[in-house]
Amino acid sequence: MKPNLTVNIGRLRLKNPVMVASGAFGYAQEFKGLLDLKKLGAIVTKTVTLKPRKGNPSPRTCETPSGLLNSIGLENPGVEAFLKEKLPFLKKLAVPIIMSIASEARTEEFLILARRLDKIREVAALELNISCPNMQGHKLISQDPKATYDLVKAVRKTTGKTIITKLSPNVTDIAKIALAAEKAGSDALSLVNTLTGMSIDVKTKRPRIATVTAGLSGPAIRPVAVRMVWEAYTKVKIPIIGMGGIMNAQDALEFFIAGATAVSLGTANFIEPRSSLQVIAGIKDYLAEHKIRDIGQLKGSLKR
Amino acid sequence: MRLNKTFQFITRIIENRKIKATYWRALLAAPQIASNALPGQFVQIWFGNNQEVFLRRPFSIHRVRGERLEILYQVLGSGTEAFSKKKPGGSLDIIGPLGSGFKLPAATRKIKPVIVAGGMGVAPLVFLAKKLAGIPKRVLIGAKTSGQILCEKEFKELDCDVKIATDDGSRGFKGYVSDLLKKELSDIGYQSVQIYACGPEPLLKKVAAISSKHNIPAQISLEEHMACGIGACLGCAINTHAGFQRVCKEGPVFDAKEIVW
Repeated sequence: MKPNLTVNIGRLRLKNPVMVASGAFGYAQEFKGLLDLKKLGAIVTKTVTLKPRKGNPSPRTCETPSGLLNSIGLENPGVEAFLKEKLPFLKKLAVPIIMSIASEARTEEFLILARRLDKIREVAALELNISCPNMQGHKLISQDPKATYDLVKAVRKTTGKTIITKLSPNVTDIAKIALAAEKAGSDALSLVNTLTGMSIDVKTKRPRIATVTAGLSGPAIRPVAVRMVWEAYTKVKIPIIGMGGIMNAQDALEFFIAGATAVSLGTANFIEPRSSLQVIAGIKDYLAEHKIRDIGQLKGSLKR
Repeated sequence: MRLNKTFQFITRIIENRKIKATYWRALLAAPQIASNALPGQFVQIWFGNNQEVFLRRPFSIHRVRGERLEILYQVLGSGTEAFSKKKPGGSLDIIGPLGSGFKLPAATRKIKPVIVAGGMGVAPLVFLAKKLAGIPKRVLIGAKTSGQILCEKEFKELDCDVKIATDDGSRGFKGYVSDLLKKELSDIGYQSVQIYACGPEPLLKKVAAISSKHNIPAQISLEEHMACGIGACLGCAINTHAGFQRVCKEGPVFDAKEIVW
């Protein structure tokens, strides 16, 4: 028996439910030769902004137990350079390209970006990154249900493309934010972005990251992410893409059982570039072994 | 720019032993990398599921011997500690060669290479010295004390004119290797000199200042915390006059005058 792995995210149809997460896979060309990119369910690009961004000072990364703190600060070449220099490689892969976008100036820039990308056929969907914890001095849109609703609603009016809203785990009630995004017309949710964290070198009493606080990823945050996917799943009807410390198929399955329609791998790509393909293979084995015909049957199958 | 292909595979540990103090040498079976690597490039090694050593660790390519790759490392933290526990016959997951190495002179060009190594900075420079075969080279090795001088024999075997500096004066020149560099340059003159340096940041900063003052080209190999090592995460950015650059991709070797200190 060959289980069905195809899933739908908005108007996107993915051949399998395993993608690579924004910021953890560059623009894919960095991984060329290290894995068969064509096998991925989808690729989410590193976040692109309207204008180029220099990013944060170094040190930008620091390892913590089973985790990684990062504060890159959305360094990227800007949308025009992305379209000219990065998209040509991506479109040759014939894998759905989900473009992660963000802005500092909130709504206006998001709308200009969304309008610009609406015309680009090779961009299969937009992921609204309203949850990057490393934009200094900016409160996260995704920490406020009203701001989340307004932004998603405004973008919804400008584009016919599938909209995925990426939410922050740094909130008291994820379901409230998830509902706001759904009500505003988001086609799907990405759960979760990094958890804000901090690490100190006790010898020097200096923070290990130049911006002091940073985003924590990796297995250290997985239980938090699984819990948030489950909390959101019980409230919203739109598909959830689960992420947060997935290293292998077992980890990914937790997210499906909690309510995810698809999963995304981030930090794992840095350690084992082929992790996502190993997860796809592991999911197939699990479904076959448990005689589950369709990955959809696993979604939200938590027993209580 | 890096032109060679990157490989990921399981390498067999042929040898892994302490050479002196906290310094270790590992010999790995890695034909794909050995035939392909350029001096100054590095590899990313994974030590297996370990919550304290979560990421891969970057190591300079110290030497290439036939199909074998030699890594010189200092046991400093949990990653290198994990490395030192690995036994010959065991295996490691390795990715490489990575990054942009030293630019080698065109064969016809007359240059006087001066290689400056501070502490563990010798690691990539032995491979470089080998690639500069046939050109008379001066090598300045700096260490805290005589017991920590690394690779003197290896450089001598490559026909290098080796000078030593120790902070405590227990061997050779008493003082920093950057001061020895100043002295050596005033002896041999500044004409046609090309500096290649690797070591702690304060040393490289001084080398950059010397290079700028006397208008001598200097290639320096930098270090920064890395997550991916392949240019994707932008975690190892350093500030250059051309904006942030990735130590793992545009580097680790940079032209000293590009760096904003």
